[in-house]
Amino acid sequence: MQTRQFEATPRQQADHRGAPVVDLHGNVNRDSEPALTRAYDEAMSGGAETLLLNFDDVHYINSTGIAVIVGLVARARREGRAIAVCGLTEHYRTIFEITRLIDFMRVYPDEESALAGSAPAAT
Amino acid sequence: MTARLSKQTFRRAIRRRKADDITSTISEPEAAPRVAETPSIDIAPNDPLIAYFSSASGAVEIDRLELDSPALRELRAAGVSLVAPLVSQGELIGLLNLGPRLSEQEYSADDRRLLNNLAAQAAPAVRVAQLVQQQEAEAREHERIEQELRVAQLIQQQFLPKAIPNLPGWQIAAHYQPAREVGGDFYDVIELPGGLLGIVVGDVTDKGVPAALVMASTHSFLRADAPRLISPAAVLERANDLLCPSIPEQMFVTCLYAVLDPTSGRLQFANAGHNLPYVRSADGMRELRATGMPLGLMPGMRYEEKETVLEPDEIMLLYSDGVVEGHNAEGEMFGFPRMAAAMLGDVNGRQLIDRLLTTFSRFSGPGHEQEDDITLVALHRSATERTALAPRFEHEQPASNGAGAVLADFTVASEEGNEMIAMQRVTEAIGALDLAPAVVEKLRTAVSEATMNAIEHGNQNRAELPVQIRVLNREGELAVQITDQGGDMEIPETEDPDIDLKLAGLQTPRGWGLFLIEHMVDEMRRSSDGQQHTVELIVYLKGRVDADAAV
Repeated sequence: MQTRQFEATPRQQADHRGAPVVDLHGNVNRDSEPALTRAYDEAMSGGAETLLLNFDDVHYINSTGIAVIVGLVARARREGRAIAVCGLTEHYRTIFEITRLIDFMRVYPDEESALAGSAPAAT
Repeated sequence: MTARLSKQTFRRAIRRRKADDITSTISEPEAAPRVAETPSIDIAPNDPLIAYFSSASGAVEIDRLELDSPALRELRAAGVSLVAPLVSQGELIGLLNLGPRLSEQEYSADDRRLLNNLAAQAAPAVRVAQLVQQQEAEAREHERIEQELRVAQLIQQQFLPKAIPNLPGWQIAAHYQPAREVGGDFYDVIELPGGLLGIVVGDVTDKGVPAALVMASTHSFLRADAPRLISPAAVLERANDLLCPSIPEQMFVTCLYAVLDPTSGRLQFANAGHNLPYVRSADGMRELRATGMPLGLMPGMRYEEKETVLEPDEIMLLYSDGVVEGHNAEGEMFGFPRMAAAMLGDVNGRQLIDRLLTTFSRFSGPGHEQEDDITLVALHRSATERTALAPRFEHEQPASNGAGAVLADFTVASEEGNEMIAMQRVTEAIGALDLAPAVVEKLRTAVSEATMNAIEHGNQNRAELPVQIRVLNREGELAVQITDQGGDMEIPETEDPDIDLKLAGLQTPRGWGLFLIEHMVDEMRRSSDGQQHTVELIVYLKGRVDADAAV
């Protein structure tokens, strides 16, 4: 299958006040784990407490991708950090609800509302 | 006629002005308002008046303007003397036009201030109203287009063969997949006198309902004359002559018509400008060439008639443009070489079509919107067939029995990632059912997960083992059956996933597959015959109880 390579791109806010963001591109499945872990390491290297995962450009997440996200949330919790997500389609928001992932992260409709909501936690 | 401004609603905004209303309100409040309908005025987009009004700082006295403007002349002719432009975000969206005061005095500074305030407040309100109207019009247009797409799909499906004849020693496999904006593809298999079989593949230029209607006529002409004339060239000539008077200009039909004698393998064919059929034989590929103009261009055309013999184990493939001319995200065309390559190897007709579709799907990539209808018909002469029995036409079950209509039946190889192909093909197969988008999304996830299980657990990632996927439209329910070769093997995923345990490290983060499937469909049924293991995903359809009455 000619799938687009999954990418996770860390991005610091220009003013270094808001939470760091990782933009996800492509399909989230078990192959996404290394890239996501690298992006997490890089984004959190400045000691931020919250990481925002932006799913705007993700149109497919399967069960193995859910497992990768669960793994990342587990790690963040061990480190006393939080994961927030934005840009989920309605379908994947439903899946986050069914799996109860939603109980362990903040879910925002888009990046703007996420950064507005998460800024206090990150400063 | 003058061109409209880009906002279709502009004209309406201008027409709404009631110059005399405003005049009377401002200057003669005690007089009964005289409401005179002034003619609506269209302002051409290149009229200098637009630029002038857009940047005007307030009400403009028309008589003092010196502009070479047709609209200005119209305003004057309509008796307008003062204009307050309605400007919203720098864009002129309408005019408040006033005639002369009834008292025949000049407008005072107070009048103008009032008018300017009114214009400033009215402009955003008018803009909002225009946007709402525009959006409503777009929504109606969208609904109309969707409705037309459904009609075109319905027509198209009416004329697909309900059943493919079952010929001993031959295998006929067909695949038809309409694009969202239905093209004019069609195919047909016609039983002819003397045990002969007619096979048609055609493509109407253009899309939507007009193409579907031309397709329907062509289909009927061919059906009517094929049993009488037999000769493929004669049948195409006749269809062309019948089609010419009625076909809309700019439209035509490409069509390949072949007549098979199943006992000898003799195949006569004629071609009205359609793609050349390929035959895969022991020593490679050959094309079946016959020349002829597309149907519907000109009456009195003659068509070349050729013949060949399909030998045991040869496969002939008839096809429309959908695959060969399909593009990937990089704009590259699929093309004949890829198509020919996919035909080689030891496969039968059904497998050939599945392989082609898989190859095409990998080529075009995920999320690809199919550009054109895809039609593939494969005619395979069995390798072992030597007997010259008179053929019996045994029909596959028609679509309306209890087993339900088969919307798709295909296989994917057990390779990681092929669940995406399964997901895509099931989505395409249920496209005409008009399911709610959320239901489709859920079914997609369930199909992907179940196929992944079949590939990994049932077939142990052994690429040579197929996963078979069948989509059935049964009474009141849609069923997707996903079958692997894993026999009785249980999927090792019995423990319910618990996110608290997972986050605490007491359960593996994985193990969501079955859990997801169960939550994505109305029902999941599993069965096994010791060799094959089938998961059936069920989605209840609307009107499930009285499905019989609805049919």
